Amino acid sequence: MIFFVVRRSFFAIVLLLIVSAFTFWIFSALPADPAALTCGKNCRPEVIESNRERLGYDKPLVEQYGAYMKGIFTGRTYGEEGSSIHCPAPSLGYSYDRHECVTSLIASTLPVTASIALGAFVLWMAIGVGLGTMAALKRGKWQDRVATGFSVIGVSLPTFFLGLIFIMVFVIWTGILPFPRYVGITENPFEWFMALLLPWFVLAIISAATYVRMTRNGILEVMNEEFVRLGIAKGLPRRRLIVTYVLRAALVPIVTIAGLDFAFLLGGALVTESIFNLPGLGKLTLAAVVNSDLPILVATTMVAAVFIVVANTVVDILYGFLDPRVRAK
Amino acid sequence: MTLLSVQDLRVTFGTADGDVHAVQGVSFDVEAGETVAIVGESGSGKSVTANSLLRLNFGADVRTSGRVLLEGRDVLAMTEDEVRTVRGRDVAMIFQDPLTALNPFYTVGRQIAEAYEVHHPGTSKKVLREIALDSLQKVGIPEPSKRVDQYPHEFSGGMRQRIVIAIALVNRPKILIADEPTTALDVTVQAQILELIAAMQQENGSAVVLITHDLGVVAEITERVMVMYAGRVVEAATVLDAFATPTHPYTRGLLKSVKSLETARHERLESIPGIPPSLINLPTGCPFHPRCSHAASLGGRCSTEVPVLRKVGASSSACHLPDERLRDLLGGAHDR
Repeated sequence: MIFFVVRRSFFAIVLLLIVSAFTFWIFSALPADPAALTCGKNCRPEVIESNRERLGYDKPLVEQYGAYMKGIFTGRTYGEEGSSIHCPAPSLGYSYDRHECVTSLIASTLPVTASIALGAFVLWMAIGVGLGTMAALKRGKWQDRVATGFSVIGVSLPTFFLGLIFIMVFVIWTGILPFPRYVGITENPFEWFMALLLPWFVLAIISAATYVRMTRNGILEVMNEEFVRLGIAKGLPRRRLIVTYVLRAALVPIVTIAGLDFAFLLGGALVTESIFNLPGLGKLTLAAVVNSDLPILVATTMVAAVFIVVANTVVDILYGFLDPRVRAK
Repeated sequence: MTLLSVQDLRVTFGTADGDVHAVQGVSFDVEAGETVAIVGESGSGKSVTANSLLRLNFGADVRTSGRVLLEGRDVLAMTEDEVRTVRGRDVAMIFQDPLTALNPFYTVGRQIAEAYEVHHPGTSKKVLREIALDSLQKVGIPEPSKRVDQYPHEFSGGMRQRIVIAIALVNRPKILIADEPTTALDVTVQAQILELIAAMQQENGSAVVLITHDLGVVAEITERVMVMYAGRVVEAATVLDAFATPTHPYTRGLLKSVKSLETARHERLESIPGIPPSLINLPTGCPFHPRCSHAASLGGRCSTEVPVLRKVGASSSACHLPDERLRDLLGGAHDR
């Protein structure tokens, strides 16, 4: 088992190196000149050239990548003594557009996204698995129809539409909730909670829809398994059978997908963050796209990739714990 | 009192294509400690009959009628909670495919212990473990103390079937239902499993209801045999009588289609012409008449009137042929 974990982790690191190199190369191949973007439209060529040198864009690509990777571990200083800019480790570059180290931008936006993702994740797993289980156990009855109906509506609704409807109903019409304004959890937990309530539900409803189906189908499939029949033939009470036999087996694939979905959300919920005006990773990325702020784009892409790769590895390892048949291999 | 008395059992499954009449009026008794075989092709209703004894027929639309009296109590009329106390305690089941019958997520020891604990709540972990170890040893699993903590996928098919048997026997049931217990196994392992079932039966004094399509298996361990066709019992007899003097054309056909040591090397095995009937659109009258070579000799009776089981010598047969012709079934075949 330990060998399994070590090996998976090793592959994860190799994969991350490949992803980072690829990302770096893709963004450097864009027609946008990062140096020209450092000052406005009416910029003198000398300024562009000096900025290019200062930020290291004049060096060969491999060297730039080396400096970038080194910066992650040691921090990085741009420019000569006197007028230099220093980004401490882990440095993910410097945004000339915002005059800020990318790392600190990410550090300030990531908690917002993490708050959104975590709450939405808990909510959607509860709704998705809960409704899915109910639908499967009450197959063909009204509970099943309600849950399946919810699922159909959930998958068909776009995030922005549901988000706007929620704002209209809960904020503008009824005024039950204030317009979301993000406050750190350490500052005021109550306001933090109130601001995130709507985005949590929007994301949860949309994601839960898929999980209702997955859970329902998974449970119905497991119920036809011979080992479940043996469980019944043993005389196991229904509740115990459902929990220790059916759910136990049905949840294994769901946990796998949930891990990846959560990681994906951690990379930034672009639409949700924009609608609810939450200063998270997604909004940072969106602004960077609009402003062609390449250093930020490279960094957010890599951060998102890290989440996915780490989640993948964790899920793989978790799978080994959940399914004894995987452990053996 | 008769241990198990099945009376006029009927099971119908409602499907989109129509009602499937899987079992249509099956009656039989099982006395304590005896072994009874139910033989038939796929779709003859033998498994559905077996499942009915524990109410294990599932589906959106299952209609069951008749009575399944277990020591006088009707299983079909019990509440869910009452059936639960019967399942695994009074009546236990061995399934056909040991590869899928065990829960892949739990150790075999836990699965054996669980079967005991369900009917003996509050048993300590230590005692449960001893029971699991003891059960594994009884069914012939080597190194039980090591194997008890392993998962089903770490065992071979034959070993898994031994574990399924251990689970079934942990509560010393009065009746053991074995639904094709050797079908999914290698031929070499089949005999071992049959011997094990027979040995366990000796030790526990359980009655065994063996469901199979394999006449060799029947000959090996059972005393009485019931032959089912299209949801009905067509012949009931002791194994000796059924093999030596079959009293139903279908039984005769079954016996003739099995290779035996007397079969000459290049002799072709006889087969029963036609295919088993659809359980949705059953033939009128005797369900076997479209495939029966004797039907024509009885005029239209076979296609209009359902034959009932009647005594023919020591056996029971559901055939319209007169007794003397039934007694001569196999003999007639020898003239061929």
